Amino acid sequence: MEMFDLSIIWAGIIGFGIIMYVLMDGFDLGLGILYPFAPDEQARDVMMNSVAPVWDGNETWLVLGGAGLLAAFPLVYSVFLPALYIGVFLMLAGLIFRGVAFEFRFKSQRNRRWWNRAFCWGSAVATFAQGAVVGAYIQGFQVEDFVYTGGAFDWLTPFTVLTGLGLMAGYALLGSTWLILKSEGHVRDWAYRITPMLLAVVLFVFAVISIWTPFVDPLVWERWFGHIHLIWIFPALALLCALLVYRGVRQRRDGYPFVATIGIYVFTYLGLIVSKWPMIVPPSYTLWDAASAPESQLFLLIGVLFVIPVVLGYTAWTYWVFRGKVRVGEGYH
Amino acid sequence: MELDPLLLSRLQFAFVVCFHTIFPVFTIGLASYIALLQGLFFKTQNPAWDRLALFWTKVFAVVFGMGVVSGIVMSFQFGTNWSNFSFAASNFLGPLLSYEVVTAFFLEAAFLGVLLFGRGKVPQGLHLLAAIMVATGTFISAFWILSANSWMHTPQGVELIDNRFHVLSWSEAIFNPSFPYRFAHMAIASFLTGGFVVAGVSAWFLLRGRDLAANRRALSMCMWLLLVLAPVQAMVGDAHGLNTLEHQPTKVAAMEGHWETSGNVPLLLFAWPDQEAQENRFEIGIPNMASLILTHTLDGEIQGLNEVSPEQQPPVALVFWSFRVMVGIGLLMIAAAFAGLLLRRKGRLYENRLFLKSLVGMISLPFLAVLAGWIVTESGRAPWLVYGIMTHAEGVTPSLTGAMALFTLIGYVAVYAVVFYAGLYYLTRVVRNGMLPESEREEVDGEVHRPKRPLSAAHTPFDDDAESVRS
Repeated sequence: MEMFDLSIIWAGIIGFGIIMYVLMDGFDLGLGILYPFAPDEQARDVMMNSVAPVWDGNETWLVLGGAGLLAAFPLVYSVFLPALYIGVFLMLAGLIFRGVAFEFRFKSQRNRRWWNRAFCWGSAVATFAQGAVVGAYIQGFQVEDFVYTGGAFDWLTPFTVLTGLGLMAGYALLGSTWLILKSEGHVRDWAYRITPMLLAVVLFVFAVISIWTPFVDPLVWERWFGHIHLIWIFPALALLCALLVYRGVRQRRDGYPFVATIGIYVFTYLGLIVSKWPMIVPPSYTLWDAASAPESQLFLLIGVLFVIPVVLGYTAWTYWVFRGKVRVGEGYH
Repeated sequence: MELDPLLLSRLQFAFVVCFHTIFPVFTIGLASYIALLQGLFFKTQNPAWDRLALFWTKVFAVVFGMGVVSGIVMSFQFGTNWSNFSFAASNFLGPLLSYEVVTAFFLEAAFLGVLLFGRGKVPQGLHLLAAIMVATGTFISAFWILSANSWMHTPQGVELIDNRFHVLSWSEAIFNPSFPYRFAHMAIASFLTGGFVVAGVSAWFLLRGRDLAANRRALSMCMWLLLVLAPVQAMVGDAHGLNTLEHQPTKVAAMEGHWETSGNVPLLLFAWPDQEAQENRFEIGIPNMASLILTHTLDGEIQGLNEVSPEQQPPVALVFWSFRVMVGIGLLMIAAAFAGLLLRRKGRLYENRLFLKSLVGMISLPFLAVLAGWIVTESGRAPWLVYGIMTHAEGVTPSLTGAMALFTLIGYVAVYAVVFYAGLYYLTRVVRNGMLPESEREEVDGEVHRPKRPLSAAHTPFDDDAESVRS
């Protein structure tokens, strides 16, 4: 219609927001999942301290994504949320408990045990729900005339349970490699020990989902076994990154596993996008069907283009200030 | 009994939004107060202002943090329970709600950290600027939210095509007829809330003889502020009411418990509206007063609820009584402000223990008044979601069942009960530890300083032995 296709720009912004959220909240949710398995309370303090300065900034991307969807692709917002009604509630409840536990655990001695539990369970439930959302997206939604017509538990199938558990393993892997990067001594030793196991689980789930997905959605089958062979590069690169994680662990190079894990996520994400493009509410609506009016997309774009660089800059600065190792018995000062 | 997803969704939205509103209504007023304290300190270099600013910034941090947590839920409510409404109104509401989020993030990213953690580390002028920007930001956030809400009461600037609203004029839609009144009413309500909380807490400190110099200043400032704002709020509320009479006469009829269109309408002080019988029981009223207030003539005709069919009437008793709760508290506030003036002229403002104790007791009242006011305006819009265009029944999520809605309603109540209890409990500990000399204050041992997160600006421990808290 005009010089730019605003829907494509918005798809780019929201797509970027989602991967930022997954990567950044992923490692701190992952630490929550690993929490009960930590060797001792000291290790738990290190885990907490390593994400304390950044975790709530990480969650801002989730809210930005939610609000952005309502403004730019309202159909996604008004189909996904009713379809995932119970899942969304569980995710929000999980995130709230975890956030509050995060704050009060530090200020609490007598009740610390309870805040620890809230932190772990909140993280696990929120992660499972997010993984199930991905699975439900691959499955598609029963929509008639722009309105969701399915039931309350359509999203909960063996496939989505697998993606939910898969994301729990995936976030735990992000968490353990983050911990390798940020810790030392016995905490890092522990993180090095569990990383290969988590990697194996992630690869297993990755394989099962990759084989299963084409059977869940014929469009995906067509895409992968049709004419476009170039897209096989994404799973290939993801596997290469998995190999790099393993090598990084073997050679004990603290930075490598985390960066390579990010690679696994990015290439898997791109693989998912090319599988589904341009379907945004599968099986029948494209991102142009789901878009809001162009003037609405433009109205918000102005503000968002101004704010995203500020948020990115501030985020980068925060990570820079809190770079380096977290030691046992000390936080950042 | 059949579970009604519509009723349960309305209850759920009312619950989460009431719970959420408590926090921003306080932080909007408090942010401005902190900016004022910082400004006074910057100008006079009197350390009393600095001590007050430090204490209230800690309280602000905790309340702001809880507001953010409860706000996340809000941004998903529209989609989960009101998907038809969200989809239809997304072209207008989407950008507005997103701008609120964007404003809040920008504010948090750029200035909140400096305000909370920059004391003594950045130049005083910059710290003051951060406080002013945070205060401004809270108003910009409120601007977007109240504009979106006002549009639902007085929609304009849009066209309905294929069941979807398309924006014809952003300025007409954003600055819709009820918006200026609602914004002014809410802004003053925020200042009144902040004012009564600060006054109440200062009174509590004065009763215990803690930091008399600073708390006397705080109380004195608040009482001047309330003396001006409490009566002004009554006038703004009156103007808001006249605006409502123009655009939503049925709501006003429900507020007044006025069933039949007529002149010489009495102002009802007490009544029991009976929606089934379409009349009031036990009316006690002042003759002709409602006509005088609403039309400025003694015999002015006021449209009654009978102008619309019973299905199109709001829940009259709820609107009627909520309105009386709000106005009653408003009058009590004016009385308290004038009592303060009298005591000041007698020179006993800081000593009269009964007055100070009353102020402590009044801390919760402005919150109640705000919630009651919102119940009036939101329930009074029923059965409309977008006034005159879309009903609640049309806006609710079609796939939602009563069982699903009941499950999440109970879930949110349970989650919020825990969070609210923990938050309020912690907040009272922060206040109890407030304004003490540094040596007597409880601090978390080896507290690690983690910037950016609001709650880490407060260093009070969460539990430990209750006896060691000085009261």
